[in-house]
Amino acid sequence: MIEVNNLHKSFGDHHVLKGISATFEKGKTNLIIGQSGSGKTVFLKCLLGLFEPEQGTISYDGRVYSELEPRERRDLRQEMGMVFQGSALFDSMTVEGNVMFPLDMFTKQSKSEMLDRVNFVLKRVNLVNSNQKFPSELSGGMKKRVAIARAIVMNPKYLFCDEPNSGLDPKTAILIDNLIQEITREYDITTVINSHDMNSVMEIGEKIIFLKDGFKEWEGSNMEIFKTDNEAVTNFVYSSELFKKVRQMYLEERN
Amino acid sequence: MFSKITNYTLLILNPGYNKVNIVIFTARSVPLLMNYVSSIGSYSIMIREVFKKPTKWPIMKSLILKEIDELIYGSMGIIIFISFFIGGVVAIQTALNISNPLIPRNLIGFATRQSVILEFAPTFTSIIMAGKVGSYITSSIGTMRVTEQIDALEVMGVNSLNYLVFPKIIAMFFYPFVVAIAMYIGILGGWIAGVFGGFSSSADFVEGLQLDFTPFHVTYSFIKSVVFAFVIATVPSYHGYYMKGGALEVGKASTTAFVWTSVVIIILNYILTQLLLG
Repeated sequence: MIEVNNLHKSFGDHHVLKGISATFEKGKTNLIIGQSGSGKTVFLKCLLGLFEPEQGTISYDGRVYSELEPRERRDLRQEMGMVFQGSALFDSMTVEGNVMFPLDMFTKQSKSEMLDRVNFVLKRVNLVNSNQKFPSELSGGMKKRVAIARAIVMNPKYLFCDEPNSGLDPKTAILIDNLIQEITREYDITTVINSHDMNSVMEIGEKIIFLKDGFKEWEGSNMEIFKTDNEAVTNFVYSSELFKKVRQMYLEERN
Repeated sequence: MFSKITNYTLLILNPGYNKVNIVIFTARSVPLLMNYVSSIGSYSIMIREVFKKPTKWPIMKSLILKEIDELIYGSMGIIIFISFFIGGVVAIQTALNISNPLIPRNLIGFATRQSVILEFAPTFTSIIMAGKVGSYITSSIGTMRVTEQIDALEVMGVNSLNYLVFPKIIAMFFYPFVVAIAMYIGILGGWIAGVFGGFSSSADFVEGLQLDFTPFHVTYSFIKSVVFAFVIATVPSYHGYYMKGGALEVGKASTTAFVWTSVVIIILNYILTQLLLG
């Protein structure tokens, strides 16, 4: 579980995060949504420890990040997996090399043990017979699968995903969403996903946090988002005619 | 009077009665100066971070070998080509400027040796390396920054500066070998141009090469090349690592890195020459 309390982050005069408090539960897919510029990416980077907040605390299963020693912070980071928006695969390495990288770097496993683990996670993300391919030879969906495999290869406690299905076709996007949800449940991981894809919100948003102008405007589940009358949320989530109709149908059915 | 003050100009005004010299920075000079000071500070912090929390030795060893292949072995062709022709040009130009029959012909070999060993091999080669290797370093690290690969390393708990920059610094310690080859090839080029161009006999040229030879000049050249190697490895790394933006900015960062690496090499060349030979 990740608990965030009164988080503030500024860049010069620009106050990006203005006192956000939230709880991300274990074994659930937690989504951060909001318009571009609302502070989602900065919030995610604070959770990852890439940005140091000016005020507030982030606690990972009781361990407050700002109170940890550098060594403890590094250890904590090895419990985190991250799927970047552009996958961030190492261009100079093969699929196998990319997935093996954290094992090679931080464990004392033998080459064959590492290979077994790599093949296991690649099979788990449904990517077989691609071990020797380079990232430039992969499609967008395959790159995302490799990025997920690399993120889970060390058995992380926390999985962070920045726009995991951006640039993917709708079918592949749903497959990636479902894969992340399955992995979250299977390994009991605390997963935090940064997204503005409404399909993801409806499909896998077990807990949703809506950010607006650096504040937490709303929080709830994908079922509660149908019922909310928060204007900022409804304007954002139901901006398309299709989603307006979906919501209308849901509310009519409920009544 | 103040209307004549242009931007970026530092004026020392003498008010007439010689009491105080007033230094005026124009409005844009101070931020520019602060920017340079800030960059030097960031560069120093980067160097400190490079040597912290080292990467596992088996991984680092393979990275170092890869960088030696890319930065040193991959540069040999262009260095040999340029050194050969520079040596030849120095020999020809020296020969063409000897019009007085009292000046011995062995001066051609002597001037070629001195020019190549003291300046062309260490300094000129370093400027070439700043262009070839420096732009490669900036663009490769800059691309990793743009595509979030550096963030990926940091999230995993890897010291990205140690992982990316340290192997380049170690690989560049082999740079004096490149300079040694440049010396040899430059002098060979001078000998071929001098002898086969009909400007000097082989005996005169070799006599000039051996005339008043000071072994410390070679040491001086190697000391310079070690310092320049560090600059070539770190200044472009700095520009790549701290760049912001997209693909266009990677190109701009490569150009800026080349300019600053060259400027630092030229300034250090002056300082080292004054310290070691002055």
